[in-house]
This record gives sequence, C-alpha cells and structure tokens, in this order.
Amino acid sequence: MHPAIQGLLTIAIGVSACVGYFYLSNQILDKVLFPPRGPNAGRNINRANMIRPWLFLFPALAALGLYLAYPVVETLRLSLTDRVPGGGYTWAGLDNYIQMANEPKFWEAMRNNMLWLIVVPAMSTAFGLLVAQLTDRIRWGNLAKSLIFMPMAISFVGASVIWKLVYDTRPAEQDQIGMLNALYIFFGGTDPQTWLTIPFWNNFFLMIVLVWIQTGFAMVILSAALRGIPEETVEAAVLDGANPFQIFFRIKVPQIKTTILVVWTTITITVLKVFDIVFAMTNGQWETQVLANYMYDKLFRANDWGVGSASAMVIMLLVAPILVWNVRNARKEME
Amino acid sequence: MSELKLTDVAKTYGPVKVLKDINLDIQTGELIVFVGPSGCGKSTLLRMIAGLEKISGGTLEIEGQVMNDVPPAQRGIAMVFQSYALYPHMTVRENMAFALKIAKVPAAEIDAAVKRAAQILQLEPFLDRLPKALSGGQRQRVAIGRAIVRDPKVYLFDEPLSNLDAALRVATRIEIARLKEAMPDSTMIYVTHDQVEAMTLASRIVVLANKGIAQVGTPLELYETPDNEFVAQFIGSPSMNLLPGKITQTGPQTTVQLDGGGVAVSTIPTQPEDQGRSVNVGIRPEDFVLTEDAPVFQGCVDFTEALGEVTLLYFAKEKDDASEAVIAKLPGIQRNLRGQTVSVAAAPEKVHLFSNGQSMRP
Repeated sequence: MHPAIQGLLTIAIGVSACVGYFYLSNQILDKVLFPPRGPNAGRNINRANMIRPWLFLFPALAALGLYLAYPVVETLRLSLTDRVPGGGYTWAGLDNYIQMANEPKFWEAMRNNMLWLIVVPAMSTAFGLLVAQLTDRIRWGNLAKSLIFMPMAISFVGASVIWKLVYDTRPAEQDQIGMLNALYIFFGGTDPQTWLTIPFWNNFFLMIVLVWIQTGFAMVILSAALRGIPEETVEAAVLDGANPFQIFFRIKVPQIKTTILVVWTTITITVLKVFDIVFAMTNGQWETQVLANYMYDKLFRANDWGVGSASAMVIMLLVAPILVWNVRNARKEME
Repeated sequence: MSELKLTDVAKTYGPVKVLKDINLDIQTGELIVFVGPSGCGKSTLLRMIAGLEKISGGTLEIEGQVMNDVPPAQRGIAMVFQSYALYPHMTVRENMAFALKIAKVPAAEIDAAVKRAAQILQLEPFLDRLPKALSGGQRQRVAIGRAIVRDPKVYLFDEPLSNLDAALRVATRIEIARLKEAMPDSTMIYVTHDQVEAMTLASRIVVLANKGIAQVGTPLELYETPDNEFVAQFIGSPSMNLLPGKITQTGPQTTVQLDGGGVAVSTIPTQPEDQGRSVNVGIRPEDFVLTEDAPVFQGCVDFTEALGEVTLLYFAKEKDDASEAVIAKLPGIQRNLRGQTVSVAAAPEKVHLFSNGQSMRP
C-alpha cells in the first residue's frame, strides 16, 4: 500500500475511534447505566453528570499514565536493579546510587549543572528584560526583536553547530575561520586558542549558546508584561521626579516581578535538562559534563541501566520542586 | 498674583491641530475647571501643563518662569490621574513617600509629610496596605495624598472622579471642595466632562471647544450670560432651547418674531440696523412658565418626565424637523399635560439672543 494512503487510513481510523469512543461511552452512560427514566430519573441524571467528565478525561489520563507516570516508576525500579548479561536482572538496592556518588564524573556533572543553573537563567532573563525595555519605544524595535527571537526557531543541535564554527580553531599559520579566534588574533593574541578545551571556562562558552537561544523567549514574554504596565503609573513616576533608571527598577520591574519569576524558572527547567548542546559540542569532555549527558553516557554507551536510571532520578528530583514553583507562580500571575 | 499663565499655547500632532490660541491667566488660590465635550483637548492641555505632552507653540509660565522645557518634576506641580495611577507594589505609605524619597528628603521629614497628608485625608488606618486592598474612593484619596505630600504650587486633577460610582463621586467631590478650602493658597486645575462637578467646584470655568477656549468665567456667569451658543447649550441641563426668528423691533428691548409663530422679547438692546436680522433666541427650559397670553412657544406635549421636584415637557416636532425638541422644565408636579397643547413664555431678562452663534449681549 502507498504510504500516503496508509497514513490517511491511520488518521481516519484514529479519528473515528475517538469519535466512536466519546459517542458510545456517553450512550452507554445515558441509555444503559443511568437512564433518565423510571422512579430514579432525577438521581440518575445527577449521577450520569458526575461520571461524564471522567469519560472525557480518560483518554488524556491514560496517555499521561502510560507515557509519563509509568516511565517514572519503571525508571525508579531500574535504578534499583542491575542488568544481567544475556537477560534478566538482579536486585541491587542503593548500589547504583552509591556507585554514582563515588564517580568524580558525576560530581563534575553536578557542579556544572549548578553553574548552568545559576548563569543561564540569570543571563537570559537579564538580557531578555534589557532588550524588551530597549526595543519598546524605537521604530525598528520590532525588527530587532524578530532578529533576537530567531534563535528560538533553531534546534539546540543546529545552534551548537553554528557556535562550534564561532569557536573553531585553525593552525596558527592559517586564516582563522572561527570568529572568536579571528577577533583574538586581530586584537593581538598570538596563538589561536582551542576554546572548548579550556577547562572551567569552556562551560561558559557552552552556556552562551543556550543564553543566545533563550534570550528571545525571555524577551517576548517580558516585553508583553512591560506593555501591560499601566502607562499612568509610569507618568506618575515621571511627575514624581524619577529618572529612567529609577522608573525601570522601582516602578516597572516590581510590577512584572511574577512574570520575571516565571520566565526564570521556565528557563531553569530547560537548563536542568540540557543535553543536546553539550552532546554536540564537547560530549562532556574537558570537564564540561552535565547530568543529562552523563545519563546518556551511562544508559546508551556503557549500557548500564542501573546507574543511568539513578542519574535520571536525580535530574527528576532536581526539576520537580522548580516545576511546582513555576506552576504556582504562573497561576499567581493569572489572578 | 498670577500663578500660571498660558500665552498662545498650541498643540499639534504632525499636521493635526488639536489646540490653538490658548490664553489663560490663573491666579493663586483659584480652582479652575476645564470642561468640554470629549475630544476637545482638555486633558491634553492639562498634560501639557504637567509636562507629559510637549507644548507645540506659545509659552507656559508658572510663577513668572517659562516652563515649556522644564522637566515635569521641577515645575512645582502634582497630578491626580483618573485611573489613580497608584504604584501597585507599594503600600499607601510608600506610594505617598515615593516622590520625596526620589528627591532624597530626610526620612524624618518624609514621615512627617506623609503623616500630615494621611491625617487630612483620613488615610491613617490604611498606611500599610497595598492599593489593591483599598476601595475606589480610598485609592483616589491616596492619589490626592501623593500630590499633597509634595506640597506643589499647582495641583492638576485629570477627571479624578470618573472611575467612582455615583454616590462616592458626590462624596469625593465634597471632599475635594473641603480640601480646597483647607488649602486656600494652593492653585488647582481640574479637568472634567461633568458639568455638575464644574459648577460646584470651580472658582472659574474654562469651556473648551473647537480647539480653543469658548468662554472663561465663574459658573454663574457662564450660566447667566453665555458668550455663544456652544457655552449656552453646554452649561445647564437639559440644554438651552434655541429658537430661530427675525428681529422685528430694536431698541433697549428687542422683539423677535419666531419662525415657529411665537413672539419673544429680550432685555438685550439692539441697534436699528439689526432690524430684520435672523437670530436664535435662547431660553433655558427652567425659564419657561405656563402662560395664557401671547406665548413665546406653543406646542403639543409629546411626553413628560415627572421628577417630583420638576416636570420636564418634551414638545412634539414637525415631522422632518432636524432641530432638537423644545423642552420646558416646570416646577413641581404637573399632571395630565401629555398630549395637550401648551403655551409657554419667558421673562425678557431670561431671553438670550444669538447671532451667528455669538451672543448679542453688548
């Protein structure tokens, strides 16, 4: 069968199955289980209406359970077991966690993740806020915003490739095609540097990629928030004698505080999961390892599902509280 | 002493003229009300005085000093906005203290100024609350307090009562009048579209229309001797009736034969050359009285509105008559007038004459 026809057929079957599910389940509820007839008609209608929302929620709940809740439980189970070559597993207790805690590479990943966690959200939010404020009143502001937003459309791997070119190194006698080295030589540097191999600082070279991508996101949200500030409060501050800096920091920023927090925490969650950039640029070498890449190494390179799952659990534990906080802030903002 | 002086002030947005030839001299201690229909530029004029809008032409002087290019904060003005414009993240105390903090006034002085303003406005119990925990009236009082704390030479009010409900509006209006009395030396400029606010608060009213000032005067001057048809119809509710006619007799008293058939006599003197001139006779609805003799106006009552203290009669119009219906406001309760043909007249001193829109009063 032609793949297109196959696809169409799949869609047709899927959609009719959905319609069929909703139609039939409601029919069964109304006609068979609680028919609005007989001596208990009123009670039946109430009961049917209590059950009906769950009929509609069921497909979503089932999908969430299958693809989200079950993997969490399964990962937790795997993190407590060891794979036996040739099939099967043995119970390992906390051995995987202990082994992981004894690996310097794990602690390097933890340290780097913390660095990412502090630097990237702070810089993205700060730059986003700055750009949002600066582009608000100028005529070509929207053009500037579009340009700054564009990296959002690039995949992390694509961005990594672009920035790898920026950090590229050629032998000293050749022309430098990497922008950073070209500038470095231009301003009097003698030997071209291999930027991505300079321990500790190379972390920051990687972080810049994510800042570059996330600034656009922060800018869009914060720009909308800035526009939402009542103009009169700014005018009142002008009349009160505040200068532009005081207006920005004492009138505008406090009024969009919750939005800033939501942006910050949203980026934080992205940062905790960062994998692609490190994977594509250094693969965790030269002390740039992060947790997600560590997990990938263990799971798919070392084939060690136990330690891999254990590190996945660590990531989840780190993300969970920030996620809860983020949702709370977003709700508060909606009030 | 002249506190604030506008000379040939104009405002343009590109090629669009919004205001022109604004000349106004405001004395210390006056409460000036700018009133006019929406879009007449009254708020723009206020914002130009505040420094929030650039002055396109002419000069603005405050206490003899040209202020055109002085930043708003140094003009010695404070403004109360229609939407209160309180800083939502600051408590009442911080809102009122903000300007002084920016000006680096010592903390003890700030505290004293805030306390004094809070006392005047009865805001003491709310000093540590956020604006969102206050009612509309309280928020507006905080906004006024924020102005008082700065001890400005001129207070600017931009429709401060428009966001309040009817009862609160009356109460706050009285409060502002009291406040003005308590601060006799402060000058206030107050923008509103509500003529009751204008009539009750103003020491002088400035009526704005057609990009300029239509008339300046005390509330009763505007009511009793309007300079033109616009002011005549804008002040007073319902608005003044305008009846077209021709002058038939000139002299110290003028007689006008109305197109509708009646005859009106006015105490406004006219010259012999005015004989035969087309004029509009203006009579306020409340100046009409029922009459048996030669009426100024006679018509069938289309419908009535009985308000208890007064009864409004709306006279029927000719079918294709585009002008507004003639209205009479009679004292007390008048029953059974609907559908009747009624004759009304007015005392000669209450009859206004307008030629080409301008009053013929010398």
